[in-house]
Formats: sequence, C-alpha cells, structure tokens
Amino acid sequence: MRLNLTVNGRPHQADEAWEGESLLHVLRERLGLPGSKNACEQGECGSCTVYLDDVPVCSCMVAAGQAQGRAVRTVEGLADGDRLDAVQQSFVDSGAVQCGFCTPGLLVQAHDLIERNPEPTDAEIRESLAGNLCRCTGYEKIMDAVRLAAQRKAVS
Amino acid sequence: MDFLRAASLDDALATKAQRPDIAPIAGGTDLMVAINFDHIRPSGLLDLTSVPELADWSESGGVIRIGAGVPYARIISELGEHLPGLAMASRTVASPQIRNRGTVGGNLATASPSGDAHPALLACAAEVELASVRGTRRLPVAEFFTGVKRSAAEPDELITAVHLARATGPQQFAKVGTRNAMVISVCAFSVALHPDRAEVGTGLGSAAPTPRRAVEAEEFLAGELTSRGMWTDPRPLPETVVTRFGELVAAAAAPIDDVRGTASYRRHALGVLARRTVGWTWDEYSTGRQTCA
Ligand SMILES: Cc1cc2nc3c(=O)[nH]c(=O)nc-3n(C[C@H](O)[C@H](O)[C@H](O)COP(=O)(O)OP(=O)(O)OC[C@H]3O[C@@H](n4cnc5c(N)ncnc54)[C@H](O)[C@@H]3O)c2cc1C
Ligand code: FES
Ligand code: FES
Repeated sequence: MRLNLTVNGRPHQADEAWEGESLLHVLRERLGLPGSKNACEQGECGSCTVYLDDVPVCSCMVAAGQAQGRAVRTVEGLADGDRLDAVQQSFVDSGAVQCGFCTPGLLVQAHDLIERNPEPTDAEIRESLAGNLCRCTGYEKIMDAVRLAAQRKAVS
Repeated sequence: MDFLRAASLDDALATKAQRPDIAPIAGGTDLMVAINFDHIRPSGLLDLTSVPELADWSESGGVIRIGAGVPYARIISELGEHLPGLAMASRTVASPQIRNRGTVGGNLATASPSGDAHPALLACAAEVELASVRGTRRLPVAEFFTGVKRSAAEPDELITAVHLARATGPQQFAKVGTRNAMVISVCAFSVALHPDRAEVGTGLGSAAPTPRRAVEAEEFLAGELTSRGMWTDPRPLPETVVTRFGELVAAAAAPIDDVRGTASYRRHALGVLARRTVGWTWDEYSTGRQTCA
C-alpha cells in the first residue's frame, strides 16, 4: 500500500507499506526516522509517542493507513534547526537522560503538556507522563526537567 | 490483508455486509496489540476514524448519544458534568496517549469483562446502538454482553453509538489495580443514583464472565431510600443499609482466580468499593458536594 503523509512539516511517501503495520514501523523502517522508539509495541511504554494531527498518541497503536493524509510530528520535529526546544534542552540540563530509550516519547508528551498547560503542578506532570515508562532514571530528574522546561517556556 | 477507509457510515456498513470478517479499527488500542503480536491476522482493516456519524456526541431530550468513535479524552473533557460515571471510568483507562485514541465503541466490541466503560454504562442503563445494511437497533447494554469477549453484535453489524440519560443524580466509578494508571482492573464498580425515577444503577467489572449489574443490590437500596422517604428528605445512610448493599454487590459477583487477583479477593474488594462509592454518592446527594477517591 502506498502512503502519503506529512511528517515534521514535510510531505512523505511510503511505498509498499504492509496494511497491518503500525505508524511507528512506517516512521522508523520506511521513512528513516528512528527517533521514535519501539520498546513494547503494545501501548504500555509511551516511547513511540508522536503527535498525530496535534494529538499525542502511541504510534505503535496507529495502523499505517490511519495516518494517510494526516500530519505527524515526531521528536525529530521538536527542535528548530540546531536550536533544541526548551523541553529537550531541559532534559539535557537536568540530567533526565540515561540510556535515552524513553526520552523521545517523554519529550513529545511533555511538550504537549506544556503547550496545553503552561504551569503544570507536580500531580499534573505525573498524570500526563503516566503512560511513559523509564527504566533508568527513577523519574525525579524527569520531573525536574519538565518543571524547568515550563519555567523556561514561560519567560521565553 | 487490505486496508479500507470508510468515508461514511453507509460506506462502512456496505463493506461490513460484504465482508463480515473484516476488522473495523477505531483507536487501534486493542486491535493493533493483537496484530503487532501476530495474535490475529484479519483479512482486512476497515478504518472508522473518518466516519462522521461516529465521531461526535449530541444531546436530545435529556439523552446523550455518544458516537462509537469518540475517544475517552473527549468524554472526560466534554461530558464530565452530563455523565460523571462514564467520565470517571474513562479517566482510569490506560494513559493519556491511549485515552486520546481509545473509544467506547472499541471497548464494547472487545467486550472484555474488564472493560472500564462497561460498569458505568450498566449503572446508567445505557443502550448500545448497532447498525447494519438491514437497519439500526438499540439494545440495553446488559443484554449486549453474552460471554467472555462475546457480544450480541451480528457479524454484519457495527456499533454506532451508546445512548445514556443525562445524569439526574450523583454517579461514581472505582477500580482496584496495582497502579494509578495503565492497569487492567482487578475489579471495578460503578453506582448511579437516579432520583428522577427513584432507582439505583450498578455495574461490576472483572467480576464475572461478562460485565454485570447487581440487581438485588440496586433494588434493595432503592427500596430502602423510598420506604424511608430519603429521596425527598435525604438523611445519613444507616450503616446497616450500606453494609447490606456491599454484601449484595459482592454476592452478585462470580469472579475467577487469575494473575491479577483471586476470586475471594475480588468478591471482598467489590464489597468495599460498593460501600465506599455508595457513601460518596449519598454524601453528594444529601449535601450537593462531590467527593472522590
Ligand atoms: C496500554 C493499554 C492499556 C489499556 N488499559 C485499559 C484500561 O485501563 N481499561 C480498559 O477498559 N481498556 C484498556 N485498554 C484496552 C483498550 O484501550 C480499550 O478497550 C479501548 O476502548 C479500545 O478502543 P479502540 O477504539 O482503541 O478499539 P480498537 O482497537 O480500534 O478496536 C477494538 C475491537 O473493536 C472492534 N471495533 C472497534 N470499533 C468498532 C465499531 N464501531 N463497531 C464494531 N466493532 C468495532 C475492532 O474490530 C476490534 O475488534 C488498554 C489498552 C492498552 C494498549
Ligand atoms: S512502543 Fe508504543 S507504547 Fe511502547
Ligand atoms: S533513560 Fe533509560 S529508560 Fe529512561
């Protein structure tokens, strides 16, 4: 099946996508965008989180054909050229990245949180990130990073 | 496998009639897990996410129709006041990303005893709207579930909507699990007070082969409230009534032992959930102030 979709603002075409494959597979294996991670393929870990028409979703739960004609934004599309988004910079500065496998999904999900809720409480941060598993950090540095990103976005 | 995108309900129903084995896909949060792990290989996928008739909710004469494709996230943000029980249940499903995609239509079609929408739909006496090229019918949700992951939907039918009366009294949903997010319930319970008709509704999840009501508990509580004149003159619920309600809810369960919990734990926990939630709903009914866990 041929698929046309917009990814990070640019039109993309994937030829020969299998009808049963996921948007995550299309992004990683057909479009050369390995930022979104595949850690469970069952919606449990959130490491594949992308925006689908501005709504964060687990891309492993979206059938390829459901993305036809839609706009996808992945972790690769958060930075403005070489300038990292405040969420990305805050993860770096807070030491919220260890192995990094969970990071792309957390970045997209945290990005959405701060877009919708510029001053999230700790409870709101935890709630928003409840579907993103991290096996390394113990989450405290991730909490720091999201708080820092919200502060930075508020002054910028 | 092929992939068909339905542009309208007629289009979707025509396809389902011709190819009853095709798998409809809405949020994909049940179906894609099964496909990714090669548990199923349907002959094709029928994408419902572009069908306008499934995509919205509406209200008419105090009854709310929720299109089968409305995701949990919208039920939570838009229907919390109209349908508090279903909104609370939706709020406990999975994670924000899954709630942005997953739908009540998909939850019903999967018909798992642990589906979190089901207890709330049962407590509200919801009706499931089913459609095929042969026509449209509505079924009380209690008659929809026929077995573990089995429903009364015919092979050529799609679930098009659920219909629920707008809440006329307090409603609650509570669920036992190992975490606050991303858990399949060990057991779940929903209760709704319907003062307009002096009735009580209940729904039990992960408590039997199908989601079910605790009919005796409903009738007992409604009878007590009526005979004591408490619908019109709310006073504190006697402890004996609360206790008996919990016992009757636990007695309505026919749970199993599995990896998530034992049958006896489930029965016990359902009684606890029933006592707590009925206390919260009654407090709200008598004081006008909402309580939650
Ligand atoms: C990580 C994770 C956590 C989860 N946690 C919970 C939880 O806490 N509580 C809970 O209840 N569920 C949970 N689920 C299960 C799932 O999210 C829900 O059952 C959801 O409601 C399914 O809806 P969907 O739109 O994604 O369905 P889909 O996956 O699109 O479809 C599910 C089934 O329904 C059929 N179908 C879909 N729409 C229709 C229709 N309109 N007519 C006829 N058939 C249809 C499909 O063919 C398929 O068989 C979880 C899933 C995941 C991946
Ligand atoms: S890979 Fe999609 S949620 Fe884990
Ligand atoms: S940094 Fe390793 S999983 Fe989160």
